[in-house]
Amino acid sequence: MAKSKYDIKSYRGFGAMTLLCLVVLYAPLIVVTIYSFNASKSITVWEGLSLRWYVDVFSGPESAKFKLAAWNSFVIAIVASTISTAIATLAATAIVRGGKFRLRTVSVGLISLPLMVPEIVTAVATLIFFNYIGIERGLLTILLAHIAFCIPFAYLPIAARMQGIEDSYEQAAMDLYATKRQVFTRILLPLMAPGIISGYLLSFIVSLDDFIITNFVKGAGIETLPTAIFGAVKQGIKPNIMAISTMLLAVSVVMVTISYFVSKTDNTK
Amino acid sequence: MAAGATRGGGVTTDTYKEARTWLLMPAWLVLLVLSLAPVSMILIYSFLTKEFRGGVIWDFSLAAYDQFFFDRGLFGDEAPSIEWTYITIFWRSIWQAGAATLLSLIIGFPTAYFIATRPEKVRPIWVFLVTIPYWVNLLIRTVSMKFLLRDQGPLNDFLMSTGLIDSPIHIVNTNFAVQLGLFYSYLPFMVLPIYASVERYNFSLSEAAADLYATKWVALRRILLPAIKPGVIAGCILVFVPSLGSFLAPDLLGGAKNFMIGSLIEEQFKGNAGNWPFGAAASMILLTMVLIILLIFARQQAKAEKREG
Repeated sequence: MAKSKYDIKSYRGFGAMTLLCLVVLYAPLIVVTIYSFNASKSITVWEGLSLRWYVDVFSGPESAKFKLAAWNSFVIAIVASTISTAIATLAATAIVRGGKFRLRTVSVGLISLPLMVPEIVTAVATLIFFNYIGIERGLLTILLAHIAFCIPFAYLPIAARMQGIEDSYEQAAMDLYATKRQVFTRILLPLMAPGIISGYLLSFIVSLDDFIITNFVKGAGIETLPTAIFGAVKQGIKPNIMAISTMLLAVSVVMVTISYFVSKTDNTK
Repeated sequence: MAAGATRGGGVTTDTYKEARTWLLMPAWLVLLVLSLAPVSMILIYSFLTKEFRGGVIWDFSLAAYDQFFFDRGLFGDEAPSIEWTYITIFWRSIWQAGAATLLSLIIGFPTAYFIATRPEKVRPIWVFLVTIPYWVNLLIRTVSMKFLLRDQGPLNDFLMSTGLIDSPIHIVNTNFAVQLGLFYSYLPFMVLPIYASVERYNFSLSEAAADLYATKWVALRRILLPAIKPGVIAGCILVFVPSLGSFLAPDLLGGAKNFMIGSLIEEQFKGNAGNWPFGAAASMILLTMVLIILLIFARQQAKAEKREG
């Protein structure tokens, strides 16, 4: 068979591998979602559709525990992502709009430090640190740890966004005698909004999902959703855990989807 | 003053030159105190003496590293010989992470290539599809994997109903289950950098090779692969490094026989039975390994960039 010009690009089987990749990525999540709607008490037998385990999560015997854990998780995620997004926005402004300076590379390195250090090492480090300075482990220590490791996740989309904004808007505003502060709040911030929202959502998910670091720095008896789920799973996977997991999964997917579409909007035109 | 220095497609200016110190201050403060200082403290703690109910006594000691590498008998009075327990755990972690990396490469490379050769408009959608699972809670993903692979789980049910197997395959609590879990955890990290480098690849090079009678697979191996090597290496590192220190996959899918570094470290800080200096020493050894890998990688990338000019 004669080779067409475009043929060189396509390889037999690569499409099938892509399909396999997506199946591998999604199959476990889809299976758990389906089984969370199972009417049966057993996780092996399928007895038809039911919302029984969702009701159980909200009003069953373990509901108080999970509600408190969910409350802790969401409060920490909201506070941590707000603070780290604010810090990341300022840092991105300095790095992308602050010219060349000696500490620039060091600053970028410091911001990405939490991404390079293995999570378990960060967890050990944070535990040791809190132990050394003598803060009692609890919600505050979880919050502080989350703020630190959420910064790079907030920083990356914000910096990427700012690099994509022509500085002609800022120049024009300054030509018309706007102060730099005004240029920042009236021009730069609105233009960066998609990046900031996207950074906020990503750091929110990262905080909401964190297990390893939280597990190390949480005090005895204080749980977030992931640590509560981990504790429950150690006794075996139960249907109510699958219902909680499905809800948490839905939150993540919705937020990532919003983040994706927001970051694609072009408001510079 | 419009120093619109455009490099690599990004706009960087010096509009906020005067304010940059103040703008960076919060990030510096938070990260120095909550990230750099704690990591440095691991080094100090690894040279302290353990306290029996968790925590440390501030006496300098090499006991943690000694315990890691040497066996001095039950009472510590015998001639030291090499202690294999922990070296074996590290070696197993390297092996498991390597296997997971290989699995990810086998599935991730064709996927990345396939996506990068789609029409430009639909590429972001494919990339998005591959990244969604990464943002789902790692714990939930690992639990889902366990649920799927269980002896009475949907996978075995499905295989038995098709008649391919007669009795369930035991996957959970094997090395393979851990490899699958790690592979599943970090697969998107393999796809993204390879995708990025294939997308930048100039396909007329492959066409030129084809014109000179190279077969497709020769063109792939001799022309495409060398050109996108940095992306492939980046993908491998992004899978290997987090796999090496992972905790959830080995803990939930592996069982006690398939202990990895992450679990070894975690155990030292759990309750009163642990040994903090030993956990700190194990963390230091892991961190050193990771930093060496990243350093070699950074040097290679810098070299590759120089070559491209």
